[in-house]
Amino acid sequence: MMDFSPVGAFRFWQRNLLIFRKTFAFTVPENFLEPVVYLLALGLGLGAYLREIQGLPYVAFVATGLAASAAMFGATFECTYNAYVQFYYDRSYDAIITTPLSAEDVAVGEVLWGATRSVIYGTAFLLVVALFGVVRSLWALALPGVFFVSGVVFSTVALAFTAVTPSIDLFTYYFSLWITPMFMFSGIFFPLDALPGWVQTAAWFTPLYHVVRATRALAFGTPVAAVPEVLWLAAVAVVLLPVPAALLRRRLIQ
Amino acid sequence: MRMICCTARPTAGSLRVFGLDVRRHGRAIKRQLGVVHQSVTLDDALTVRENLVVYGRYFDLTWAEARRRADELLAFAELEARADDRVSKLSGGMQRRLMIARALMANPRLLVLDEPTTGLDPQARHAVWDRLRQLKRRGVTQILTTHYMEEAEHLCDRVAIVDHGRIVAEGPPRELVDRYVGREVVELQVAGDGALARAVAEQAAGLAEGFEVAGDRVFLHTRDGEELVHRVRALRLPLEAVVLRRATLEDVFLRLTGRRLRE
Repeated sequence: MMDFSPVGAFRFWQRNLLIFRKTFAFTVPENFLEPVVYLLALGLGLGAYLREIQGLPYVAFVATGLAASAAMFGATFECTYNAYVQFYYDRSYDAIITTPLSAEDVAVGEVLWGATRSVIYGTAFLLVVALFGVVRSLWALALPGVFFVSGVVFSTVALAFTAVTPSIDLFTYYFSLWITPMFMFSGIFFPLDALPGWVQTAAWFTPLYHVVRATRALAFGTPVAAVPEVLWLAAVAVVLLPVPAALLRRRLIQ
Repeated sequence: MRMICCTARPTAGSLRVFGLDVRRHGRAIKRQLGVVHQSVTLDDALTVRENLVVYGRYFDLTWAEARRRADELLAFAELEARADDRVSKLSGGMQRRLMIARALMANPRLLVLDEPTTGLDPQARHAVWDRLRQLKRRGVTQILTTHYMEEAEHLCDRVAIVDHGRIVAEGPPRELVDRYVGREVVELQVAGDGALARAVAEQAAGLAEGFEVAGDRVFLHTRDGEELVHRVRALRLPLEAVVLRRATLEDVFLRLTGRRLRE
């Protein structure tokens, strides 16, 4: 039996926003610098040899892909390590569920906050690379919306894992078996066309692949191509959202 | 305790808080509840004042109401000077006072406290007790769990002694003391170990109305302590000390729950 209130989820989201505003200076670099390093290393280093991919300058190809991954990392760190520390070490969730908020409110609020961070990191990265002329269409203004929807997907998966993991040590597996392979094989650094068909099929089932394609489509002004990608993400977001709520309830309520 | 707070579901029977079923009306019950957890559950990244304000928001206080209420409670908890510090900078006693202040943000009908002074030094404990008595005078109903019988005796109008999940005695503290122990206790410190204490207890038991053995000490329960002291002295037992004192809730607790430990 679900016990969910949108107001409760919003209150929890507001709490996270307040905390974020205080810790902004420490948390932004940790998630934001990594894609910048990749961009410099690959975009400039590899880009010097490899001028064009699919008719695009390599740096533009990589930068748009990395914007999608910055959004993914923003949501993922929030709903893995941050959520686990609050829930397991700080015991904040235990305190909050004795107020009118329910475990489901906390779960949904946390997912919405993860999605918000996804928007913040993805958009910030995009703004930086836009200075290099990578963004070529005003359709890019729709990208924060795409990052939000995909942020819900990444957050629900991460929070579901957090709700069942017996130890913080297992997050390394979450990253090495799920996030990193996705990062490498979602067409961020190279198109998947040259890879075996089953790799492309597998990639289709992962969310990042669709975020990357949607990001490129909007940044380069072919919005129609973004539609199926966004539909995929939205459908998965709606289907998965109740999962972490149910799991967190089981973990928090005896 | 967790069932009252609606964070554990009853496995059998029924539980009503304010006349509402905990299974169905969790939100309505929790809206009128203030909870002080045993472990510190404050938001470490936030300041003292922000912890209060954010908590008030969970109860749908407006920002202005929450800020005003936070200022009142900072004064109550004597934390005004620390209002803008991060909570990790506070001492254990201050954190506990802040937890109590936080639980009061929405003017609860019932305050639930889980071992509110465990781990505090004596000054900090008295500061917490002082706040809880003030609240009691203002008519805030409180339920608290504690292992300190002194605390239960100081703060509570009614005490329930729970042993292995069952209530073994219930009533006003003085009444329980009177019913189970009597007025006074003569403590015998034996010159030896627990075995000697048990031997001493058997010899002295006939003189008292009841007795308990705790390690190398024997507690004799009585209504006339002075008389009992004289009679114990006359037995010339191997004792290091004989002390007469008033019976306390601790004696009741030992009497009602202590046996299991011995067996």
